[in-house]
Amino acid sequence: MSAISVQNLNFAYGNKTALNDVSFDVDACMFCALLGPNGAGKSTLFSVLTGLLSPPSGRVSLATHSMAEHPRRALASMGVVFQQPSLDLDVSVAANMHYFAALQGLTKRTAAPRIQEALEKLSMYERRDEKVRKLNGGHRRRMEIARALIHRPKVLLLDEPTVGLDAHTRHAITDHVHELAADGMAVLWATHLVDEIDDNDKVVLLHQSQIIADGPAKDLRGSQSLDTWFQNATGAT
Amino acid sequence: MNAALIAMIAIIRREMLRFVGQRSRFLAALVRPLVWLVVFAAGFRAALGLSIMPPYETYITYEVYIIPGLCGMIQLFNGMQSSLSLVYDQEMGSMRLLLTSPLPRWWLLFSKLVAGVCVSLLQVYAFLFIAALFGITFPVFGYVLILPLLILSGLMLGALGMLLSSTIKQLENFAGVMNFVIFPMFFMSTALYPLWKMAESSQILSTICARNPFSHAVELIRFALYGQVNIIALAVVVATFVVFMWASVIGYDPARGMMRKKAR
Repeated sequence: MSAISVQNLNFAYGNKTALNDVSFDVDACMFCALLGPNGAGKSTLFSVLTGLLSPPSGRVSLATHSMAEHPRRALASMGVVFQQPSLDLDVSVAANMHYFAALQGLTKRTAAPRIQEALEKLSMYERRDEKVRKLNGGHRRRMEIARALIHRPKVLLLDEPTVGLDAHTRHAITDHVHELAADGMAVLWATHLVDEIDDNDKVVLLHQSQIIADGPAKDLRGSQSLDTWFQNATGAT
Repeated sequence: MNAALIAMIAIIRREMLRFVGQRSRFLAALVRPLVWLVVFAAGFRAALGLSIMPPYETYITYEVYIIPGLCGMIQLFNGMQSSLSLVYDQEMGSMRLLLTSPLPRWWLLFSKLVAGVCVSLLQVYAFLFIAALFGITFPVFGYVLILPLLILSGLMLGALGMLLSSTIKQLENFAGVMNFVIFPMFFMSTALYPLWKMAESSQILSTICARNPFSHAVELIRFALYGQVNIIALAVVVATFVVFMWASVIGYDPARGMMRKKAR
């Protein structure tokens, strides 16, 4: 079974359909871009994947654990970076990391080396004692990604993590997360920016609440650029 | 240590640090009841004659009467403020972080509640200390006995706030709740006037006061300050807490509650 498995997912806010029969899989060691224009349903899908919303029909499994039947096991195997930052600005990077580790039920002794490892992976260890308020947007994001790794999840979900960052920082963060996928994680990266996607990445295209394409980026785009393909597929101008 | 306990301690620590960091909040929490005590009570002392009634064994001044009500007021405001922070947290995303922890959701919400109660205990004792400086003191045993009962009343009022936070979409709507929940709850209670005094002017008001769970929280504190446990008040406070807590766990349930209406 795939690390992330979504089958026949439906969700609606009242009469407004947000997800219509959505199915896709992401395997370990894979960077999957959940591509879609704004309002396609990406954030709703993330809320369902993280258990904040429960769908009326369909099935979500993370690291083989069903979110409906074993939500706690599914949540424990998942790291998540939400679109909206969720940081305590007036305490240090390390304090934010320790708070999260405790929410995962990790003792300080277990958490400390893992926090160091996660911060080092994202080149943030030297900033561990700085107050988050003093960090720039890129460093805050990197810290949030490091934080999502503390409990060693098998699956990493990121909802438009580069929103509001400059091009250089965006590329640095995208590269970091590609490395995490290469190291063995299953990564689902929601975005509407095609330049964050490599040719070998998997692309799941969500448009008007439905999946309209699913496959490796290079196969989907054929001889066109990914940007052209995306615009043709979604009718964007 | 148990994972659930680790998380609870971290949540309490975070809430305490936030509270200590917001000095103005601490000051406001203290000044509000003190203004009532010094200004309001001084004016009302002349207008209101209080007869002997349990738990008082002698005539008391109005200042002494309203102390338990003001302790309740601190906890009421604190409960609402904690839920304000929940609404704020939801908007800021840290509530999402909390709710995606692999611990049982009811435990996470309960931990958040306990964290709010800890803050309210600090506020109440600081207020009682200042009241003592004004010469309003209680039996020593009273100061000890109120602790467990303040925890219960704090849990009840915090759970009410949490229930409200699960139904409120935006920060802006919160002001309305303050007007429609805090003020009626406080004024239609035994915090400022005893029931018999209320009954003199309106029987209906007196009945509402008698049924208001906040009145029971205040009476619980009032009796405890004199070393007594008001069993009826205790039962009402515990039962109300259980109902509010249960309703807020449903409110934060992704399948049933208001979260689905709130998510984007």
